[in-house]
Amino acid sequence: MSATDTSFDRATDPYRVGHGREWLSAGAGRGYVHATGHGEGGPASKRVIVGYGFWIFLLSDIVMFSAFFAAHAVLQTATAGGPSGRELFNWWSIVLQTFLLLVSSFTCGLSAVATEARSQLWTQLALLVTGLLGVGFLALEGRDFAGMVLQGAGPDRSAFLSSLFAVVGLHGLHVSAGLLWLGTMMAQIFVKGFRADILRRMVCFNLFWHALDIIWVALFTIVYLIGLGR
Amino acid sequence: MSHETNARDPGDVGPGFMDAAELTAREGIARYVIGFVLACALTAASFYVLNTSLIWGPGIPVALVVLAIAQMGVHLVFFLHITTAPDNTNNVLALAFGVLIVALVIGGSLWIMDHLNENMMPMHQMMQMQR
Repeated sequence: MSATDTSFDRATDPYRVGHGREWLSAGAGRGYVHATGHGEGGPASKRVIVGYGFWIFLLSDIVMFSAFFAAHAVLQTATAGGPSGRELFNWWSIVLQTFLLLVSSFTCGLSAVATEARSQLWTQLALLVTGLLGVGFLALEGRDFAGMVLQGAGPDRSAFLSSLFAVVGLHGLHVSAGLLWLGTMMAQIFVKGFRADILRRMVCFNLFWHALDIIWVALFTIVYLIGLGR
Repeated sequence: MSHETNARDPGDVGPGFMDAAELTAREGIARYVIGFVLACALTAASFYVLNTSLIWGPGIPVALVVLAIAQMGVHLVFFLHITTAPDNTNNVLALAFGVLIVALVIGGSLWIMDHLNENMMPMHQMMQMQR
C-alpha cells in the first residue's frame, strides 16, 4: 500500500484504527504519514495539546474527588447519635441546586457555540447567565451549610457530617474557583477579543465547568439521594 | 503569534472540541439542547425513583447509581464532546484510566470497610474490656 494513499479519510480516522500497521511501516520509511506523532505528521497543534493536558488535569481532579466520595460512602451511617441525612437534608434545596447547576452547564455550552461563531455579545451573555446561576447555586449551598451549623450539626458533630462537609465543601470551592475564572474569561474576551490564546482558555474553562456538573451528579446521588434513604 | 492558528489539526481532536463534526451554530445548539433534555429527564427520574414504590426498597440505591452513570455518560457525550471516533482515542484512553482509578478507590474502600465492620467487636463489648 502506498504511503500517499488517500483512499481513507484522514480527518476523522488519522490512525486507521483496525486496519493493521502495514500502512504505517510503509510510510515510516519515507516519513510521510499525516497522523500526528507519525512520520512527518509532527506533534499535535498547541490547541489540541492544551485541551488534552487540561483533560488529564480534570481526570486527576476527579480521582481526588473519588477519595472524598469513598470516605463519605464509608462514613454515611457513622452519625455518632447525631442527626442523619434524612433529618438534615432539605429536599427542595437539593432539587433547586441540581437544576441551577444543570442549566448553568447548558448555558456554558451555549457560550462555547457563541465563541465558535465569534459573537462577542452572545458569548458575554451566555457566560453572564452561567455565572449568575453559579452564584445562585453557591448561595443555596451556603444557606444549607449555615442552617446545619446553627442546628448544631456542623462538621464537628459526627464522622458522617465531617465527610459530608468535606466532599460538598470541596465541590463548592471548585464552583467558587470556576466563578472567578468565569469573570476573568469575560474580561479577557471583552478586552482581547477572540485571540488564539484566549480561545484555548475558553475551551479549558468549558471543560472545567462541565466537569463540575458531572461531579455534582455523583454528589447529589451518593450524598443526598442515597443519604436520604439511609 | 504566527504559529498560533485556529486551523484544524489533521490528527487528534482535543476534548471539548466541536470542530471535528464542523457543526453550524444551529447544529451546535441543537446538540446542547438534546443533552440538556436528556440530563433533565435522568435527573427527574433520580428524584422520582427515590420516593417510588415501583422499585423494591433495597434496589433503589442501585437504580440511583445506574441513573447517575447514565447521566454522566450524557454529559460526556453532549457537553464534553467525547466520542468513540478514532481521532478521540487518546481522550477516551485517559478517561478509561481515570474511571479505573475511581472504581478502585471507591469500590475498594467500600469493600474493605464493609468487611472490617463485620469483623469488628461490637462497641459495648469494647467498652467493657476497657474498664
